[in-house]
Amino acid sequence: MWAYWQSVPAHWRELPARYRLEGGRCRDCGHRTLPEERVCPVCGSKNIERVALPRRGKVVNYSVIWNAPRGYEYYTPYVVALIELEDGTRVFSQLTDVHPEEVKEGMEVEMVIRKTRVSGESGLIAYSYKFRPVLR
Amino acid sequence: MRANRKVGIVGWGVYVPKWRIKSEELARGWGRDWNRYAAGIMVEEKSVPGIDEDTFTIAYEASINALKRARIDASLLRAVYVGTESKPYAVKTTATMLIDALGAGGEGRLTTGADYEFACKAGTEAIQSILGLVGSGMIDYGLAVGADTAQGAPGDALEYTASAGGAAYILGPADRSVAVIEASLSHVTDTPDFWRRQHERYPAHTRAFTGEPAYFKHIMTAARELMSLMGTTPEDYDYAIFHQPNGKFPLRVGTRLGFTPDKIKPGLITPYIGNTYSGSALVGLAAVLDQAKPGQKILVVSFGSGAGSDAFHIEVKEGIEEVQGLAPKTMDYVSRKEYVDYTTYARYRRMIRMLHDFSAY
Repeated sequence: MWAYWQSVPAHWRELPARYRLEGGRCRDCGHRTLPEERVCPVCGSKNIERVALPRRGKVVNYSVIWNAPRGYEYYTPYVVALIELEDGTRVFSQLTDVHPEEVKEGMEVEMVIRKTRVSGESGLIAYSYKFRPVLR
Repeated sequence: MRANRKVGIVGWGVYVPKWRIKSEELARGWGRDWNRYAAGIMVEEKSVPGIDEDTFTIAYEASINALKRARIDASLLRAVYVGTESKPYAVKTTATMLIDALGAGGEGRLTTGADYEFACKAGTEAIQSILGLVGSGMIDYGLAVGADTAQGAPGDALEYTASAGGAAYILGPADRSVAVIEASLSHVTDTPDFWRRQHERYPAHTRAFTGEPAYFKHIMTAARELMSLMGTTPEDYDYAIFHQPNGKFPLRVGTRLGFTPDKIKPGLITPYIGNTYSGSALVGLAAVLDQAKPGQKILVVSFGSGAGSDAFHIEVKEGIEEVQGLAPKTMDYVSRKEYVDYTTYARYRRMIRMLHDFSAY
């Protein structure tokens, strides 16, 4: 009965971003966001279109998580990073396939899909984008 | 079996997790001496899925690589089948997630999708289905994936080989492909050599019975029947790929069929990454396609316990060399590795259960 720690519809609504890195682009000033915002945080325009963002970028800054929130304990220690994609969009994401001591500012990373949160034995398996050091 | 319209491989892709565990370390975990098993298994190390990886994430990365080589948009895919015996959900199709992640079938997601299960030959079974769909003209492009995070019970002989990885194949009309599947054939019987019952975490197997009446009989029957259909002999092939449950069986079955080891070894990947189950023969085929030249002929024979084999006669076409470098190659993944110890392996494989695995607290 406690299968759903996370809201399933909320996860489902986010799938375009989580699976395909689809964010919002302001038609007026060109600013891009992930996830898609209804109002452009730069110019205030509501004229937003959905676009697929580039899958590569660089680590701008990062932090190592030792004490994880519920549902993420299994992954500790893990790294969350602010990433600047090739088009300049800034994305906040977990890094994967990398040890905390290997992460550097400026490190080139690429998007992959990984498990982000598993609700016990019977609940939803949530997948989303994570970034890992580029393969080649 | 031959389709009305010729079908070929338009693109292929592989994915293998970066983590490895040495067989020696697995043996150490159980107080055993690896040297006693080494010659019988011939797998020095195996891949281990990361803590956040499963069959879907592996299938996704392999499919992305296949799309890069195919140079088509995912929206053109009209069939997506995932062959696996380690579905993330017992009931919820892995293909649903893969279709949405890739954008298969376009905005309307107009595509068929299903998971196939046939032990280690589920991936080639998916290829057989897509061969039929493309060959009949019902669709132009389809994606077949063989991927697994295979289970081997702790301390069991399978623990030395059960690994993680997968391969994806985009099939399409022969005139748009880089390797044509000239013919295929399947052979299936009720041979209970290996199974996993509902709700069980680990499979059961019948030890030596998995060899002669299962692996060898089915592969040799399918290979001989296909060569008979095509009027070919082992000398006609440049490469032969057989299902690879360990490093020894493929060499032995190939030799018995009359293939020389130099035709088998380029596609023999299990000694480096273990048995990727539904991915096994398909990862081997990918390693061969990564280096194949136009005009070469390839024989692929998978094997799935239970039991059955799919055999394929493939001819490499002009243009393959243009696409080989468009995505990471099989050996790029094989050489990208970092070793873990048994404790980390147990954690990554979720053999260690934490409080939140059981209930909300």
